Amino acid sequence: MHSKSIVELGAALRAGEFSSVELTRHFIQRIERLDGDLNTLITTTPEQALVEAESADQAVKAGRAGVLTGIPIVQKDIFCTRGVKTSCGSKMLDSFISPYDATVVERLRQAGVVCLGKTNMDEFAMGSSNETSFYGPVRNPWDRERVPGGSSGGSAAAVAARLAVAATGTDTGGSIRQPAALCGVTGLKPTYGRVSRFGMIAFASSLDQAGPMTRNAEDAALLLQAMAGFDPKDSTCANEAVPDYSSTLEDSLEGLKIGLPREYFDAGLDPAVATSVEAAIEVYKRLGARVIDISLPNSGLAVPTYYVVAPAECSSNLSRFDGVRFGYRCKEPKDLEDLYKRSRGEGFGAEVKRRIMIGAYVLSAGYYDAYYLKAQKTRHLISDDFKQAFERVDVIMGPTTPTTAFGLGEKMDDPVTMYLNDIYTIATNLAGLPGISLPVEPVKGLPVGLQIIGNYFTEAKILNAAHRFQQETEWHRLKPDLSKQS
Amino acid sequence: MPLDHSDVEKIAHLARMALDESQIDAYAEDLSNILGLVEQLEAADTTDIEPMSHPLHMAQRLRFDEVTEEVRREKNQAVAPSVENGLYLVPKVIE
Repeated sequence: MHSKSIVELGAALRAGEFSSVELTRHFIQRIERLDGDLNTLITTTPEQALVEAESADQAVKAGRAGVLTGIPIVQKDIFCTRGVKTSCGSKMLDSFISPYDATVVERLRQAGVVCLGKTNMDEFAMGSSNETSFYGPVRNPWDRERVPGGSSGGSAAAVAARLAVAATGTDTGGSIRQPAALCGVTGLKPTYGRVSRFGMIAFASSLDQAGPMTRNAEDAALLLQAMAGFDPKDSTCANEAVPDYSSTLEDSLEGLKIGLPREYFDAGLDPAVATSVEAAIEVYKRLGARVIDISLPNSGLAVPTYYVVAPAECSSNLSRFDGVRFGYRCKEPKDLEDLYKRSRGEGFGAEVKRRIMIGAYVLSAGYYDAYYLKAQKTRHLISDDFKQAFERVDVIMGPTTPTTAFGLGEKMDDPVTMYLNDIYTIATNLAGLPGISLPVEPVKGLPVGLQIIGNYFTEAKILNAAHRFQQETEWHRLKPDLSKQS
Repeated sequence: MPLDHSDVEKIAHLARMALDESQIDAYAEDLSNILGLVEQLEAADTTDIEPMSHPLHMAQRLRFDEVTEEVRREKNQAVAPSVENGLYLVPKVIE
């Protein structure tokens, strides 16, 4: 039951093969049995889940069930959820019970999903390994001594371990696609503005975007359908029509022009990962696609640009955590400044502090032009690279990450080495483009992701390309053996 | 540009964030390394390139100036560390 997709489970629920309550109980039991070790969830909400499942069953009986009715999912703990702890992986929000729902949470609830709990994540989504969480690291279900990736590491690991059918994630520099690649699931980061950011705790507002993490592209299409669309509560949400993502999944790929950026297959890429990605591209050739060599000449600027833009926005966004209106407050502050300083010093972890300080520095008087303005210009160069590429090709393909999952603790002492994990995903966020990661042939038992980048608002096209690949291959059906490890 | 102990103290003050004295040197090293990475941008030629602040180059949408929000003071203050009579409490500011 737990390995089935949304499409399969939805059909079974509507056919009366089992109820949503039975399905939900099954997942609750799996979480109780397996999550103690994996640590994918910060908060579980079994009672609420069963209430939601009961009302889903009533909807099924009344013939009102939609495609997501009664499907048990987990929400990244960055989405405000009314009446439920929403910690964002931080001590700062350890006692925060959200008074309202994020638009993503509200829309998925209206679509009838059952929420099993809130997933572990890097603190305030800052990290690539899920090790910066206040609640401890998530373990990769494929090898528990390795990281699941981050920041949506809990979401990716929960879907991979079959603790939920699907999950939500957010992606600022790769935080959906990178953990999806390292855990062997399908993860889609939509175009900037495609999904409302209202109630999604902000890290870098010009980069953050929410998306689905699922077993396959078909499920991702269903989840995105419910999440996407205009929201008056988010002034950066795009007022663009949402196409029917499922209706074009089967479209032929005959004549599809795939760009392969030579910068994404350079010396930094693990040769075994390259072999898997190249084998996947051969599948596309068999499906009638044409491969074109392209260049994104400013790719090398993406990581340095990101580490100005993202920290600058984060230092501004996280100034709201001051110990006054919500969140952690230090004990016995002696004056207002002491209240601010100690609440923030005690409430934030080391990586969040580093990024806030980098942000404060690059925005400070005398340094703004040299760092922030410069990075906004290099961001334009990076964006223009894609613009030119998309004049020649329909989609861009390459690896999601340079290597498979690395060991727990391996990169925690060196922030810069950690940042380079996102070398192939960051440029997409800077440009605001959509990207998907899907599983290809594993290397030494560890998942590998193929990344497909599309032009603005062409989520339907990249979902179509991903789905056709998944019809030809079985890599997305592989699952970790949870019994043989510790 | 490498940052030293006093630079980090200054930045931490700008960010209103208390740091453990014992960790300041480690932060100085990490932040210097991050700035070292960032300084690769200096080599990029950005003559005549416009700064980009929005991925879709969209203008911020405006709304009509009318009341849309309900009053949610009680709900919102329920999660505050310290409130009294609908007001947020902080240490005395004016002596």
